[in-house]
Amino acid sequence: MAETKWVPNIRQIAKEMHERGFTGITPGHRLCAGCVAGTIVRQVMMAARKPVVVINATGCLEVATTIFPYTAWQVPWAHNAFENAAAVASGVERAQAKLIRDKRFEGDPDIEMDYDIVVFGGDGGTYDIGLQALSGAMERGHKFMYVLYDNEAYMNTGIQRSGSTPFGAWTTTTPAGKVIPGKPVGKKPLVDIIAAHRIPYVATVSPYYWNDALVKFRKGFEADGPVFIRAFSTCNRGWYNAPEESIAISRLAVETCVFPLYEVVNGVEWRLSPPSLAIAKNPEKKKPVEEYLKTQRRFRHMFEPENRWMIKRFQEMVDYEWELLLERAGLKG
Amino acid sequence: MAKSVQQRMMSLNGDEAVAWAARQSNVDVVAAFPITPQTIIMERIAEFIHDGLMDSEIIRVESEHSALSASWGASIAGARAFTATAANGLALMWEILYIVASSRAPVVMAVVNRALSAPINIHCDHSDSMGARDSGWIQIYSEDAQEAYDNTIQAFRIAEHENVQLPVMVMLDGFLISHTMQNVQILPEDVVSDFVGYRKPSRIKLPEFYGEKEIPLMLNPKYPISIGPLDLYDYYFEHKMQQIEAMKRAPEVIKEIHKEFAEISGRSYGDGLLDPYRAEDADALIMGIGSTMGTMKAVVDELREEGKKVGSVRIRTFRPFPADEIRELASGVSSLGVLDRSASFGAEGGPLFMEVRSALYSLKDRPPVLGYIYGLGGRDMPPRLLKKIAEEVLSTREEPERPRVGYPGARE
Repeated sequence: MAETKWVPNIRQIAKEMHERGFTGITPGHRLCAGCVAGTIVRQVMMAARKPVVVINATGCLEVATTIFPYTAWQVPWAHNAFENAAAVASGVERAQAKLIRDKRFEGDPDIEMDYDIVVFGGDGGTYDIGLQALSGAMERGHKFMYVLYDNEAYMNTGIQRSGSTPFGAWTTTTPAGKVIPGKPVGKKPLVDIIAAHRIPYVATVSPYYWNDALVKFRKGFEADGPVFIRAFSTCNRGWYNAPEESIAISRLAVETCVFPLYEVVNGVEWRLSPPSLAIAKNPEKKKPVEEYLKTQRRFRHMFEPENRWMIKRFQEMVDYEWELLLERAGLKG
Repeated sequence: MAKSVQQRMMSLNGDEAVAWAARQSNVDVVAAFPITPQTIIMERIAEFIHDGLMDSEIIRVESEHSALSASWGASIAGARAFTATAANGLALMWEILYIVASSRAPVVMAVVNRALSAPINIHCDHSDSMGARDSGWIQIYSEDAQEAYDNTIQAFRIAEHENVQLPVMVMLDGFLISHTMQNVQILPEDVVSDFVGYRKPSRIKLPEFYGEKEIPLMLNPKYPISIGPLDLYDYYFEHKMQQIEAMKRAPEVIKEIHKEFAEISGRSYGDGLLDPYRAEDADALIMGIGSTMGTMKAVVDELREEGKKVGSVRIRTFRPFPADEIRELASGVSSLGVLDRSASFGAEGGPLFMEVRSALYSLKDRPPVLGYIYGLGGRDMPPRLLKKIAEEVLSTREEPERPRVGYPGARE
């Protein structure tokens, strides 16, 4: 289940998509220049094995791509609210099962019932307000792939902290003040929480490592049960990075182990993916977090002399999580 | 009436009657979360499904918010969806109520009326569904278990009717109906199945440049559509106008389906919107909602025997509100009493009182209207109290200077 025979040939896929005029979301969507949420969506579409139906939680992706009367979506797409995308997908999935079982629309040339279901949610809709619905859906075992595009704050409402905002980061609700410089606490370990549901497949992806991402999305489509994938998603409006550096930062996040790439099979089998495994095998390749932090002005205050301790603390937190991961993956001593 | 089919008499409480209706109505997906006094509906449906007596998918969600969200998902995927809740559960669904109605998803939901917290209370009043009166759902209130069964079956046809395409709430009074055993006539399975058919997603016209084509309004890779986009000041208003228009078309459909159902079942409730009782020649009319109006019928009979010309009118559909029909009934009467089983804090009276008075405003010759808020949190409404109210209304000939609202049954 956590294996796939599929080997992405990106040239072939791109050519086919070009010929079909299909990329899942069209150019001209209104996501910001430099936002990688759109890149993540396209990578999901590239890995699709059959038609895809998308359920979208409220957030940047939903708002930017569908301002009525326009839509950027070339696939069936539905949005209901902020916190319930996983519950909506549960309903879609059971309805699909029932209608197929009944052969309800068989022979209707206008209706296709054979499709995979993907949910896109941001970190607000996933870590925080939508966690209950997500947990419920994972426990019930619905077959759909939940893709979290994690840009580490409520970007759609204008950069407010979320359960995913990293330690020290500036947001409009965790300002870099004189007394309290940025977010005082770290991230919620969401992937651990979801993996603890013992679902068939959990993974992390970074858009720079497209091959790794495509294979994981494909495994997600092929898995027999709930799938959760956390995608690293830069936000130049909220992180204050240079828009043209989004993909480079997606690489740096992995190289510094801020965002390790791995899979969790059935909630118990932890596997590092090749880019992170290479670091595990050659620890000297692990770059200091400072290199990552300095690409984004949301961390700028941490470089002030009186706040330098924050960088150290950040490094300790990243190291702690990394060591924990190595241990789980059986790569320690 | 004569054509009605052979039915099975069963001893059921209101919740069970609703579960039977759902079982027979070709429901594809049920998503629900338990809450007193609704729980029996969900339990019976689970039993039916687990025993292979009902062919539906059941999603035992982790909250009412998810219950309605999943129902919406099933509905836009082309399935017939049913859910049920009460009180705080309905309150938790609040956000999604509006979304389901605005996206024209024909979900059917049973609401077992229960008082809202705080203080926490499990018994009947209408504060839950009355609060949802502006959410865009059709609201049909039942008088007893039999009617809850009948209304639930009809609700699917109403919701999915091409001229309506709106979700429907079927209300039954918590405990008074939900947990009270009654002889209920259950129609044969095939008769109900034929009556409701299977969900057929409505079709929408494609823009002209795609050619003359109507496509199913559902998640469908053959014809991908975006459901639930961002909609700003340039279009939102027109979409709301469509919703307003759909609700205006609903009364005709409700009446038509009510009539059609009467032909197969032999049961009818007024015209489907209002259920008047000895109202034609009445001097005073008592209007109200739900099971209390059943008691009221007995009180009307008693008063009539005493020579007092009192009649009653039970409001079945609060949304759409049958203002025309109420005007017609009220135009020849000398006084009106309106019973509300919920309060609207800070308003001049309960929701029904306000709407009835507003409906009467365009009449040249308006009868005086007295308001009564009763039965909050399940407080009993005995016949003697109803009789006292009716006599007070009957003896009122002048509209009070200021709206008069009483609280019968409340301690001073």
